[in-house]
Amino acid sequence: MKTCKRNPGWFGLVALLLAGCLLSLPVVAQSQGGPPADARQELMQALPGVTSDYWRDVKGGVSGTTSSTSPGADTLIMVEGETWREWRNNWISPGGLIALGGSASAIFLFWLLVGQVKLDKPRTGRKIERWSRIDRTIHWYVASLFIILAVTGFLLLYAKWFLAPILPNSLWAGFMIAAKNIHNYLGPLFALGLLVMIIKWMRHNVFNRVDLKWFAKGGGIVGKGHPSAGFLNGGEKVWYWLVTFLGLTVVISGLVLDFPNFGQSRETMQTTLIIHAIGALILMAASFGHIYIGTAGTEGAFEGMKTGYVDEAWAEQHHDLWYEAVKHEAISEEELEALKAGQPAAAEAKT
Amino acid sequence: MARMKFLCDSERCIDCNGCVTACKNANEVEWGIQRRRVVTLDDGEVGSEVSISVACMHCSDAPCMAVCPTDCFYPTEEGLILHNKDTCIGCGYCLYACPFGAPQFPKQGAFGARGKMDKCTFCAGGPEEDPALEEQKYGANRLKDGKLPLCAEMCSTKALLAGDATEVADIFRERVVYRGHKNGAWGSLNQEPGLTDLAQQAAELATDAARS
Repeated sequence: MKTCKRNPGWFGLVALLLAGCLLSLPVVAQSQGGPPADARQELMQALPGVTSDYWRDVKGGVSGTTSSTSPGADTLIMVEGETWREWRNNWISPGGLIALGGSASAIFLFWLLVGQVKLDKPRTGRKIERWSRIDRTIHWYVASLFIILAVTGFLLLYAKWFLAPILPNSLWAGFMIAAKNIHNYLGPLFALGLLVMIIKWMRHNVFNRVDLKWFAKGGGIVGKGHPSAGFLNGGEKVWYWLVTFLGLTVVISGLVLDFPNFGQSRETMQTTLIIHAIGALILMAASFGHIYIGTAGTEGAFEGMKTGYVDEAWAEQHHDLWYEAVKHEAISEEELEALKAGQPAAAEAKT
Repeated sequence: MARMKFLCDSERCIDCNGCVTACKNANEVEWGIQRRRVVTLDDGEVGSEVSISVACMHCSDAPCMAVCPTDCFYPTEEGLILHNKDTCIGCGYCLYACPFGAPQFPKQGAFGARGKMDKCTFCAGGPEEDPALEEQKYGANRLKDGKLPLCAEMCSTKALLAGDATEVADIFRERVVYRGHKNGAWGSLNQEPGLTDLAQQAAELATDAARS
């Protein structure tokens, strides 16, 4: 039965082959400028599937089958790549520089025009605890990892434009490998710290009526007089929620990128990289403001996060409502020294 | 200097994967890495199945080079895009940008971290003075010896052409002329009114023959 079926097919093919050979001979002998080849000869080689539609499919990124097992290998042309390249190279790279440079120069200009916010009244010398040891540990853990990740991330995006031309190749290679590995391995540690910080400080950061008035007065930057504020003012709460939302965005997208062993597609990685870069660059630009206000911008602010204690004068000026609530806890510098020396009992006895 | 090009004549590719095997053998690439692959669209569908062999196409405006954070890619005088494995950090950006899925990564580190990228070099090796080291890192450098990439050299139907762009174009132009109709380059008889039925018949005949 099978052989019977086979014969007509083979016969047909052989006949067609012979016909094709015979017909093709005179045509091949002709010069290239001669008349077009016989259509029946063409049939012998033409694949009916090679049509304009086929090429349209190829250009459109249609998937087929392949023996290669590498991810995305069944697609001839991955069209999303060009869009990603455009987003990354034409928008995010220059956009990030504008954001970072803009933020830094705005702060510098502000510093030149307004200068440091000084204490209105002289220091009283009495200290109030603002940030506990745990708070400060979390803050500096997250802050130092943030700076390391920001610097290495910045290098991964921009270093090829300013470091590659000046470093010898071997040094450049080692430098970038270190940048990538530091970024990838410290990322999850940053994620843990960020999560703890968000949870620990959430109760301080609920917006209320006081914050509305604080915003209405522009946080005291414009004009005289300080608007009232509790433990944290409106601006600090904005920074907290910025860190929460952008931080979580950056952390989640970062974890997707950090573990490519779950078979993420190229398209997923492209989108995630764009989200990661935009979130991180906004956060970096905003962090300049936080760093300025917390250090050079405000007299007496940095010691709160450094030692945990702030001066009464500073507390009254910047966080009057909080000060009213905790001013009975204020201790003198000697008591603070004693406390730090490990004699809390003696210090408490004096107060 | 010659401008090197690959061209896969889709009218001729029969999905034999000879090029894939030749490439693997010439370059002795790592396990799991396949610099060249054959993709078949509409696999098994009579009259529309077409295969194409694809690898790095050595683009004039290479997306991999544009997005690489370490600038490890460089164009050669022959128009090839080669890369320096010493500088590669295995970030995978070239893979995300490349339309052809050419960059390949060995899985080396923990948590799926990628090793150094590997891709088709047009059998032109890479940036390494010592020939033994060059072969170990980048595979064969056949171009140096005046030979063309092994995939194209071994293609049984000569569907895959590699070499100087003008030579490749001449060969392909000759084929198109012999094909004898205006769509001979990138489209088949289906585009030619009146010949569609003939093409269909031929395809059916050939399919019958192959199946029996």
